[in-house]
Amino acid sequence: MINYTDILETVNMVQNEKLDIRTITAGISLFDCFSRPDVPQAVYDKICSLTANLVKTGEDIEAEYGIPIINKRISVTPVALSARESREDFINIALAMDRAAKEVGVNFIGGYSALVQKGLSATDYTFIESVPEALRSTERVCSSINVGSTKSGINFDAVGLMGHLVKQTAYLTRENDSIGCAKFVVFANAVEDNPFMAGAFFGPGEGETAVSIGVSGPGTILAALERCRGSRIDEVCEVIKRTAFKITRAGQLVGREASHRLNMPFGILDLSLAPTPAVGDSVAMILEEMGLERCGTHGSTAALAMLTDAVKKGGLMASSHVGGLSGAFIPVSEDAGMIRAVSEGAICFDKLEAMTSVCSVGLDMIAIPGDTPESTISAIIADEASIGVINNKTTAVRLIPVYGKGVGEYAEFGGLLGGAPIMEVSSFSSENFIARGGRIPAPVHSFKN
Amino acid sequence: MKTVITVIGKDRPGIIYQVSKVLFEEGLNIEDISQTVMQDYFTMIMIASGSDSINIRDLNERLDALEGDTLSIRLQKTDIFDSMHNI
Repeated sequence: MINYTDILETVNMVQNEKLDIRTITAGISLFDCFSRPDVPQAVYDKICSLTANLVKTGEDIEAEYGIPIINKRISVTPVALSARESREDFINIALAMDRAAKEVGVNFIGGYSALVQKGLSATDYTFIESVPEALRSTERVCSSINVGSTKSGINFDAVGLMGHLVKQTAYLTRENDSIGCAKFVVFANAVEDNPFMAGAFFGPGEGETAVSIGVSGPGTILAALERCRGSRIDEVCEVIKRTAFKITRAGQLVGREASHRLNMPFGILDLSLAPTPAVGDSVAMILEEMGLERCGTHGSTAALAMLTDAVKKGGLMASSHVGGLSGAFIPVSEDAGMIRAVSEGAICFDKLEAMTSVCSVGLDMIAIPGDTPESTISAIIADEASIGVINNKTTAVRLIPVYGKGVGEYAEFGGLLGGAPIMEVSSFSSENFIARGGRIPAPVHSFKN
Repeated sequence: MKTVITVIGKDRPGIIYQVSKVLFEEGLNIEDISQTVMQDYFTMIMIASGSDSINIRDLNERLDALEGDTLSIRLQKTDIFDSMHNI
């Protein structure tokens, strides 16, 4: 028997607290397409045939259960594994992915990716060279490159290339505040089943297809915390856990239904708090509700660590398969509270970096001056990758060096990507450090202190 | 198929009549109903069941047409409440 109070709680979560399922992401293996004579056509055909009903299925589930499903997306096998001979061959695959995404009606398709944590093959170099042009010439394709892992260390040669790649992408998409960079992520310890963009890809260890779900709900957690103002921090943890459990259960139900209706196995449920620029859908504001005047002040790292951990604890029991990134995202441009914190000078780049050591991903959607040197961007990536590799967690960097703009100006990306004030980075050079190249060895796994 | 219909908003004459008329015409049987009016705000929860072949999107569109500016009407499958609140 359903309790009427529970019914009203769920209705309130959806109507007033912005509870939603952030994404249903269909993972598609492209390995069989990579051996066909016309690879782009095979990629297009396979994506279209397997995901033709993805958007309609999402809309049907949304209507029947009354839970908004914001995005329907697709992730595919890392395209670098297709081992094409030329830059153009790779770009043609990106164009085919973009066409397929438009045909089936999804807003993003991820997997224009490479895994180079240990080394770069000849085709990896060609692929990396193709990324800026692929991001310029497509609208919905997302790209990611994994440059490090706890098991293999950090590929410093690849890190060095990333600075150039990011700057080149920023230049090629300069007409739109360098938006191409918003679709490109550099990972360490990338997960193979992440359903969230821009870092989603369908890893080589995955099966033929899978449906994965990304749940969200910063607004729901915020509203729950507003009801327990003044209570001790233990009680705050409990409230977050209980709320995360309910959010996750909604996601599990949607995942099971989507898997059944699309005839694809259920992959994983990613229990992430993913903010949007909408007021009341902010992770930063959760930290402020805990008692911080502004996100970024002293105490923010502790509050975020507790939040991330409590979300995981609450969600783990609610789903049969938890995976992806699972935690709390702290993108700057996509979070109204974070944008306010940056605008008011409450949070700086270094504090953001510190907070990424306990959040679910990393330095995300941060606008930096367009004249930032390539080596500085590479060095930021190296710092962030080190946090991931040493601490055995996923970290990512999604920076936008906004062409032609500097500190104090504002970049606008639109939609879910939002907008952000441009943040200051160090003006001291890292050039000679990055120029060394090579590989940082895998870290020791004992003697932790 | 079992559904929950929640109606929340400003009270006015005929709400129950209009909602139950739509449910009747779409072939749903009302199993339970609970309603209260707090100040001017009306809250009603109905549990209704019907055939699995009923198109919920169409049904919701008909209910949406009753909403106006001051009323919110939602029809959802019961599974979502079971999932979120029962282990």
